[in-house]
Parts: sequence; C-alpha cells; structure tokens
Amino acid sequence: MTRVQRYRLIGVVCVVAGLGVAALLASQAFRENLMYFYTPSDLLAAESVPDRRLRLGGMVEAGSVQRGEGLVVGFVVADCAQAVAVEYEGILPDLFREGQGIVAMGRWQTEAGGRFIADEVLAKHDENYMPPDLAEAMMSETGHACEPFKSAMEVSAVRRDAGAVNDR
Amino acid sequence: MSQWLAMGGYGAYVWASFALTAAGLVWMSLAASRARRNWFRNEDEDQ
Amino acid sequence: MWTWFHRLASPPSFFRFADRLAPWVGGLGFVLLAIGWTWGLVYAPPDYQQGDAFRIIYVHVPAAALSLGLYTGMAIAGACALIWRMKLAEVVMLAMAPVGMVLTAVTLLTGMLWGKPMWGAWWVWDARLTAELVLLFLFLGVIVLGDAIEDPRRSARAAAWIAVVGIVNVPIVKFSVNWWNSLHQGATVLSFGKPAITVDMAIPLYICLLATALLAAHAVLRRAQVRLLQREARTQWVKALRAQELGALP
Repeated sequence: MTRVQRYRLIGVVCVVAGLGVAALLASQAFRENLMYFYTPSDLLAAESVPDRRLRLGGMVEAGSVQRGEGLVVGFVVADCAQAVAVEYEGILPDLFREGQGIVAMGRWQTEAGGRFIADEVLAKHDENYMPPDLAEAMMSETGHACEPFKSAMEVSAVRRDAGAVNDR
Repeated sequence: MSQWLAMGGYGAYVWASFALTAAGLVWMSLAASRARRNWFRNEDEDQ
Repeated sequence: MWTWFHRLASPPSFFRFADRLAPWVGGLGFVLLAIGWTWGLVYAPPDYQQGDAFRIIYVHVPAAALSLGLYTGMAIAGACALIWRMKLAEVVMLAMAPVGMVLTAVTLLTGMLWGKPMWGAWWVWDARLTAELVLLFLFLGVIVLGDAIEDPRRSARAAAWIAVVGIVNVPIVKFSVNWWNSLHQGATVLSFGKPAITVDMAIPLYICLLATALLAAHAVLRRAQVRLLQREARTQWVKALRAQELGALP
C-alpha cells in the first residue's frame, strides 16, 4: 500500500466513523421520536400526556374484549407491568385477538383513571412462525412475550423533567 | 386446487407479491443478460 | 493466491470468468427459485397466527436480505474504488446498484402486500420501513451519480462516496426492530438463541434465499461485463472480442 492509498483509507474510515457516531448520537437524542408507540407503562408514568394523537402499543389482555353496539369494542392493552383501557369503533385487523400485540392510534383521556380512545388499530405479530398444531402444543400461559414493547419514557424521563419547566 | 389458490382468503395478497417478485427477478436477470449480448451490436449508439 | 487475484482483477480475465460463470449461476438460481417457491407455496404448513398469508415471507425476506447484502457489497467495492482506484471495483459497484434497487423495491412492495392483511395498513412510518425506503434512495443516488459526470471514472468515484457514506443506514435497517419500538417484527432468520421458525417452514426459506442470491449475482456479473465493455471499448481485447462475437452471431 502506497502512502496516498493509506491516506485515502484513513479518509474513508474517518468519514464513515464520524457519520456512524453522528447517527448514534442523533438516534439517542431522538429516541422517543423513533419509537413507533408508547407502552401502557409510559402513559401511566407520564405526569402529563400530550393532548395530541399518539400511538399505544401492547398486548390485548386475555378476557378483556367487550363488543358493544355495532363496531364499538372495548379492551385492555397491557405490557409487562401496566394496563390501560382502550375504546375503539371500527374494523379490526384479522390478527386482532386476545393475547395479540397491537398498536392503537388515538388520544389519551385522563378522566376517570385514564382511557385511550383509538381511531385506528393495527396488529403487531411476532417473528415466530410455526404450524398451528405445534403452536397449540407450545402455547404457554402467558401466550406472547412482552419484550417487543420497550418503554420510551425510561430514556426520555430526564428530558421531560428538564423540559417541564419550559412547558408551564 | 381452488382452495389452494384462495390461500385462506389471502390469495390476492400472496399471489400479487409472488407475481411482483417474479417480474422483478426475471427483469433483473434478463435485462442484464440482454445488455451484455446487445452491446456488441449497439456499440455505435453507446458512444 | 495473490497472482490469481490480480489476474481476475484484470478486465479481460474478469470478463471471461464472468462469461463462464454467469449462465450456471443464473440457471441454478431459477431452478432453486422454482423449487423454493413450490415448496413454500404447496408443501410448507400454514402459520398458526397468519395462516397462508405468512407465505409472503418466501419472497419478502430473501429480497430484504439481499438488498442489505448488495448495499454492503456495493459500499465495500466503493471503498476499494476510492482507496485503490481499482477499475474493476468501480465497475462492480455500479453494477450492484440497479440490482440492489430492484430488490429493495421488491422488499418494500411485498412488505406492503404483507402489511395490509396482517397489520391492517399498507405502510407505516416506523423505523424499519423508513430506513428501508432510505436504502432505496441511496441505491438511486449511486445509479444517478454513477452516470452523471462526463468522465466515467470521476463519476464512479462520486457515486462511491454515496455508497460508502450510506453504509451507516445498513445497521439501522437491520437492528431498528431491536433498538426501538416498531410495528415490524424482529429478525427470524439471523437471530440468535431460540428457533423462530420451524424446520419445515425454514428449509424453503433458505432455498429461496440462496436462489435470490444467485440471481442477484448473475445480474451483477452481466451488468459488470457491460460496464467493462463500455470503459474498455477502445482496447485491443474488446476489439478482438467484438470481431469474435459478431462473427459468431447468425
């Protein structure tokens, strides 16, 4: 390797490393925005949930689905620690069922202990694929894992505390 | 047979994605092969 | 080893090597694709959750894996082009871009066709989907810039910078589902620990992966040949080849 080539190598490595670090820092700073949804723990832990459309992700708690008039449906969405009630009117995806991961889009209402009024519900399935008979044999009491639901607030708690002064 | 084609009600999505992928892969291969074959004939146009 | 490498890196030998290899790679690719698709569509059992809709995995995952693989290959070739000014690396890098873009488009479109029936939405702006869309534009950038400047070598080096810089996006696509909350599920194939897919569903998936890889390799070889011919049009070996080729044509 000649001297020029060595310099070019160092140049390429520096540019890529610099960008990598920049991307890493940016992803840390915007971690909350990169989260596709909040978990029930996030909503309940927050001092004030912003009054705008947001997404709630978690699992439909077994035995919680209640069908109302027409397309109205109520159910409880839970992560590993907390649970919140969700109300929705509309068509549910095929995969919607008890024990299934879902992401609901809507508004958080603080009255009466808090409810989530959803206007859109998407199903989140896991990365495991198996035939139905095997799934039946393997089905545990918990059904699904709750690990795909990461808490966005954990990281942003510090940021929120710092920003709270400006909000008021 | 018709049951297989229906794919449990998801036939439209399953067949559309396979058709689309087939089109993509076939075009990808044939366009590349054709370009190599035609180059000698169309050399004048390229320059 | 190195003499072999240097000989392969010379344009005429690479051209002959590609001519010998490409028909076999492409042929085998299509045969394996037929086997993998038949297996996946007919013999693989339906999924416990998604029923038959899960079969889209046999086109979506190979395309997605290859889109990332091709980008990585393109970035490595781009780095070689920048550092060593290797003509062959420039040519291979530019040959990979359109192939990668086709596979990225296939990934996005089949993903939409899978998302609509399963998630309930064609598209969501979640980290993984957005990063894969960025990958499409990076491929497009390399294609456009690769032919944007009159001097092909300067053009290739400009494109190489995009290819190299964009590599940052590849781990973002791959690990976005582990780092952040996402509607997209985690990795099935390249995941550690628990088996995420049963053997009777996994074997056709691996066959489809291999088939797609071979077809991509075939397209890259052929496209690299054309680029090489364009670059070397005035050299002796291309002229000789041209005479031979035109003589052989009916």
